[in-house]
Amino acid sequence: MSAFLALVRRDLQLAMRQGSDAALVLIFYLLAVLLFPFGVGPEPNILARISTGVLWVTALLAALLALERLFVSEYEDGSLDQLALLPLPLSLVVLAKVLAHWLLTGLPLTLLAPFLAIALGMDQAGYPVLVLALALGTPSLSLIGGLGAALTLGARRGGALLALLILPLYIPTLIFGVAAVDASLSGLAALPHLAILGALLLAAIPLCPWATAAALRQALE
Amino acid sequence: MTLFAGHDLACRRGERLVFTGLSFRVAAGSALLLRGPNGSGKSSLLRCMAGLLAPVAGTQTWNDRPIALDADAHRGRLRYLGHQDAVKPALTVLENLVLWQQLHGRHDVAAIGRGLAGVGLDRLAELPARLLSAGQRRRVALARLLASPAPLWLLDEPTTALDDDGVACFARMVGDHRATGGVVVLSSHGDPGVAGDVLALADFAPTAAEAES
Repeated sequence: MSAFLALVRRDLQLAMRQGSDAALVLIFYLLAVLLFPFGVGPEPNILARISTGVLWVTALLAALLALERLFVSEYEDGSLDQLALLPLPLSLVVLAKVLAHWLLTGLPLTLLAPFLAIALGMDQAGYPVLVLALALGTPSLSLIGGLGAALTLGARRGGALLALLILPLYIPTLIFGVAAVDASLSGLAALPHLAILGALLLAAIPLCPWATAAALRQALE
Repeated sequence: MTLFAGHDLACRRGERLVFTGLSFRVAAGSALLLRGPNGSGKSSLLRCMAGLLAPVAGTQTWNDRPIALDADAHRGRLRYLGHQDAVKPALTVLENLVLWQQLHGRHDVAAIGRGLAGVGLDRLAELPARLLSAGQRRRVALARLLASPAPLWLLDEPTTALDDDGVACFARMVGDHRATGGVVVLSSHGDPGVAGDVLALADFAPTAAEAES
C-alpha cells in the first residue's frame, strides 16, 4: 500500500516539477468550450440546449491529451522495466499511474465544468448532476485511456492511433454522462444514469488495469 | 553450491532465434560474465533471467526450485539494471533513490547514505538529476542497487559511461555484494573490473537449420 501511494505521489510530484500536461489540459478545455459560442452563435437557447454535450465531448477530448505521455516517458528512460520488477503487481502500478492521471486531469476538469456551464447558459438545476456525472465518468475515461496508452506504446504516431482506438470506447460513458445531466435538466430522475456510470467505473477499475498490465508486458518483451 | 541456474534455455526475438541450448550455473558469492558479439543475446538473456522476457524453452532455478513457480519471490530477490538508468531528471539524486526504495517497500536512510557513498555521489545528493552527466546518472542507478539490497544482481553493461574511478567503485560494490553471498550476472564488452566465470553467448548461437525452424 505504501508503495502504491509512493507511486501516486511520485507522478504528482513529477507533474508539478515539470509543469505538466495537466495545465495544458485545463486550458484546452477552457478554450475549446469557449469556442462554441463563437462557432454556434450567441443565441442562449441553442447554447443551453447543447451545453451538456459540449461539456462532455470536450472533457473527453481534453482527457485524451495527456494520455499519450502516460507510459511513454517511463518506457523511454527505462523506468518501466523497474516498475515491472517491483514487488507491487503491475496492475496496481497501472492503477496508481491512472489515479495520478485522473487527479491531474479528470478531477480539475470536473471542478471546472460548472463554471463553463455558466458561460454556456446551462440551467443551474443541472450543475450538481453535471459534477457528479463527470466525477463518476472521468475516472473511467482515465482507466480506458490507460489501456489505449499501453497498447500504442512503442508504436509510431502513437498519439493519433491512441485517439482512434480509445474514442469509440468512450461512447458508453459519454451517452450516460450526457443522459444524466439532460434528465436532471428536464426534471427526470438522473439516478439510473448515474448508477450506470458508477457500474461502468466499477467494471473498469479491475478490468482496465489488468488488461493494461498485460499490454505493458507485451511492450516490454 | 549452485544458487541460480538455467537449463537448456532458448530465446526468440521476433522471428529470429537468438540463442538455444544455453545452460548456466552460478554459486552463491560468485559472478557470471556474459560475453559475445553484438546481437548474440546478452541483453535478452539478462531480461529472461529477470522474468521480463519469457524464454521459448528451458527452465531457470533458484536454490533448485524453478523460478516460474513463484515469480513474485523471484522479482523480490533480483535487481535489474538495463541500458537506461531509470533516473527521473526532475527529481534530485536523493529523491530518486528514496523513491525506488519506497517502491520496494523499504525505508532505510542509512542504506541510501551507503549507496551514495559507495558510488562517490555523496556531495551531489541534493542536485537535480537533469544536471548530471551520463556517468553520474549511471552511478545513481548503481546506488539504487545498494539502497534496496537483493541477492541477485542482473546488470546489462553496468560500466558504460563510467570513468576509471567509477569502474573501481563498481568493482568494490560487486566485491562487497559477493562477500555477503550475493550473485552477480553482468554483460560487458570492456573490462568491468570483476573476475568471474565467463559465459560465451557465441557458443549457443543457433545453427542455420535451427534458426530456420
